[in-house]
Amino acid sequence: MNGIASTTALTALLSLIAAWLVLGALGLARPNSIRWVARTLFPVGALIALGVAGTGAVALTAHFSAQTAVLPLGLPNLPFHVRLDALSGFFLLLLGSAGAGISIFAAGYFRAGEGTAPGMMGLQYHLFLASMALVILADDAYMFMVAWETMALSSYFLVVTQHRIPEIRRAGFLYLLMAHVGALGILLCFGVLQGGSWLMTFDAMRGATLAPAWASAAFVLALLGFGAKAGLVPLHVWLPEAHPAAPSPVSAMMSGLMLKVAVYGMLRVSWDLLHAGPWWWGLLTLGVGLGTAMYGAIFAAVQTDMKRLLAYSSIENIGLIFAGIGLALLCRSFDMRLLAALALAAALIHSFNHALFKSLLFLATGSVLHATGERSLGKLGGLIRYMPWVAALALIGSLAIAGLPPLNGFVSEWLLLQAFLQTPQIPHAFLNMIVPLGAAIVSLTAALAGYVMVKFYGVVFLGQPRERALEQAHPAGWLERAGLSWLALGCVLVGVFPQVALDVVGRITGQLVGATVQRGPSPWWMTPLASNQASYSGLWLWAGLVLVMAATFVLVRRFYHGRVRRTPAWDCGYRWQTPRMQDSAEGFGQPIRHLFGPVFRMQRELPLPSDPQPQYRVQVEEHVWHALYLPLSRFVLRTAERVTILQGGRLATYLLYSFLTLILLLVWVL
Amino acid sequence: MSAAAYAWQLGECVLAIALAPLFAGWVGQCRAWLQNRSAPPLWQPYRVLRKLFHKDVALATHASWLFRSAPYVVFATMVVAAAIIPSVTTDLPLARVADAIALVGVFATGRVFMSLAAMDVGTAFGSMGARREMMIGFLTEPALLMVLFSAFMAFGSTALPRVVEAVLRQPHIMLHPSLFFAAVAFVMVLLAENARLPVDNPTTHLELTMIHESMTLEYSGRHLALIEWAAWLKLFNYACIGFTLFMPWGVAVHGAGPGLLVLAIGALIAKLVVAGAALALLESITAKLRLFRAPEFLTMAFLLAVLGLLVHLLLEV
Repeated sequence: MNGIASTTALTALLSLIAAWLVLGALGLARPNSIRWVARTLFPVGALIALGVAGTGAVALTAHFSAQTAVLPLGLPNLPFHVRLDALSGFFLLLLGSAGAGISIFAAGYFRAGEGTAPGMMGLQYHLFLASMALVILADDAYMFMVAWETMALSSYFLVVTQHRIPEIRRAGFLYLLMAHVGALGILLCFGVLQGGSWLMTFDAMRGATLAPAWASAAFVLALLGFGAKAGLVPLHVWLPEAHPAAPSPVSAMMSGLMLKVAVYGMLRVSWDLLHAGPWWWGLLTLGVGLGTAMYGAIFAAVQTDMKRLLAYSSIENIGLIFAGIGLALLCRSFDMRLLAALALAAALIHSFNHALFKSLLFLATGSVLHATGERSLGKLGGLIRYMPWVAALALIGSLAIAGLPPLNGFVSEWLLLQAFLQTPQIPHAFLNMIVPLGAAIVSLTAALAGYVMVKFYGVVFLGQPRERALEQAHPAGWLERAGLSWLALGCVLVGVFPQVALDVVGRITGQLVGATVQRGPSPWWMTPLASNQASYSGLWLWAGLVLVMAATFVLVRRFYHGRVRRTPAWDCGYRWQTPRMQDSAEGFGQPIRHLFGPVFRMQRELPLPSDPQPQYRVQVEEHVWHALYLPLSRFVLRTAERVTILQGGRLATYLLYSFLTLILLLVWVL
Repeated sequence: MSAAAYAWQLGECVLAIALAPLFAGWVGQCRAWLQNRSAPPLWQPYRVLRKLFHKDVALATHASWLFRSAPYVVFATMVVAAAIIPSVTTDLPLARVADAIALVGVFATGRVFMSLAAMDVGTAFGSMGARREMMIGFLTEPALLMVLFSAFMAFGSTALPRVVEAVLRQPHIMLHPSLFFAAVAFVMVLLAENARLPVDNPTTHLELTMIHESMTLEYSGRHLALIEWAAWLKLFNYACIGFTLFMPWGVAVHGAGPGLLVLAIGALIAKLVVAGAALALLESITAKLRLFRAPEFLTMAFLLAVLGLLVHLLLEV
């Protein structure tokens, strides 16, 4: 570092974050004006987000060295430390680029008279963005926790925007509770990490040497804490409740951005603050990740609410990200750096991809919700004709999240599978047999994701409208379309130029692992291992598909004709078709329910043959509620009841308790 | 990479597009013989294509652009897949674009578009077919990937041309027991993916049992022609993947002269003749499964493939 010039990027970032806060405060000037808050301030916020992304990208350039600063804020003798390095730069890039799209969309989305006043909501929204950026920049545990809690609280208020609905209040409470269980884990983790020095800066933690048992304790606490925020099974229960409750841009931020902040925290602790640990860290993370991925995918397939479906799909993707992190940790413990770098690159690129396509899809559900007033899949359908733009952009998101080439979801999946293919080289007699089988679960999850997305897209946008009212659905405004297009563009670009993404995350793996996956000598292909082992080129695949399609189209027109006659649908000559004969969401998920029956807790009401008004109802729940959370909450309630015996409500009794405690302490000291 | 390599790349694509209907015709003919029926001529599929291309498209009133573009997308995915698979020569410049994992992804793209198009018109049979197709797909896709993984781990590459070259260099790898499991699983995947017995019946028009056919019900004219052609190409591609993994003999390796290439085409046709007859035999001696039993069949394929992988890791590393 050389003088003042070296912290320009950091200074710029801090000013941008401050600008977000100012923007939020400005909204309070005219809190009830949608024109002022949404149409004016949110686009400015999107520009700031672009700035954050750009400055984050600076940290990923080749000759960048970490920048640190001490802020004159915080408690006396406990100032805030901030640091910008490749890892935080990458997550700021993610936050800024996806956040810009969400803010643009939100500018067109928010309307007056929906729950919280717009000005208040703008404040919470920008506070949420700023606190996420500050978590990523924090360089001491104190500032990290303050920013983390701000993030949790501001997002809580955003979730309960429509606080007059009891379900939403309940979902918000569950979210708040789980957020604090997680925060407790992180707090304890930092407590262990300081290693007796009581210095809370990350620099001190990096230097601290922990006994192996304590290091493991810190790791498990971090996995619990960040896992609760990211949504690892079984700590995921808040996710499918809170995501649908929030307004769509907020769901997009929580799913696309906040979960990634949790991933960032996990990476920061396990790769930067902790040194290489025993192999079971990696195996544990890998196992939990794969289990989460499979679980999320199975449950996503049976959902009937479009936002819940996407929430479970987020759980699945977080599982895949953690599987990549786990594999990388496993390889680090055997000092297989290149393989660790490959797995970590897969996890990082998948984080970025997920931020793009999950935000895109959540925002698309927002447009659908505004156009139709429906969230339930059973009442949608055929929207491709009424909202063509949203449908086309959501198609890109759906194909990307299903992991189909040549879009971006496939890139990270490909890298992860390549990493799994190399795992037989692990020098451990059993791990080298068990770990490669993880590829089977990854591929099963990916295939299930395809199922889920065909269900999501097919039921919402294709077919015939299941309700009459849908025919009045209106297309989304141009701001909404601009936000969606921005995110879809990102999906396509990362898919077509995966080499660039690999280069970018190479800086991070270089920092954390000490090895970088090379993209290979050719500018066209990506050959991360050896040129004759594996190669992929999104651009050429894209070109090939488009070329063949164009050639086919031209040849068919040239040699035959392009005549089209419009007729009613044939449907095997069956005349009395109604839109209700299409597959409902329940129907489409039925094979999965059949196949994975024991995984679900199902309540079914089947009609009798003689019922004059037959009704079919099925309710799918998670076992984890009845096996874990409800007994736990009962236990807490019972314990609390027992403790109330101590509380008589009389001051004299409480004074007696204090007196007795003092006496006891005196006796103990003596 | 020489100009000749690009010429052969193009040639292989054209060969696949041209031969795929013939292969389908051959399988149909063998089936007819085995079932004591008089067989349609070998070039029947070409006649079907010609007829369909000439006909007008009768498009459902509320079909969207997705419905109209899906046949082109599905056809393109199958052609691109044919370009990647080393059926005649391993000197394929475009095989580097996508390795075998990407190949599975390309197949998945085709399937997803087919299913989405089936849901687009909004008929009962369309969405039923889409659901069933996706159910089968989500089990066969990982099974295929695991089959390929066994091969990748044995040969140390995910690029199919390199796999072929490795086998031709050291043929004894073919005796590995893991590849036996993989081969059985692969045949099961091939049957399921190509709408063959015992999972689906390519000649059925019984509404409640069909899978692939019910997705194409609303298609007509050139759209249907492209979809049929794509389905034949898919069968051809799967057969060629099978040859690549389990009997790559005869394929011209990198740097072979034109004589060897012609020989390779001959070898490919010979293999297709045998494979087509075997496929017809297999279909003639199996009964169609009930739809609810199909997942069991596919799970078995998946588990066999995973078992093959485990056997490889236990015995052969």
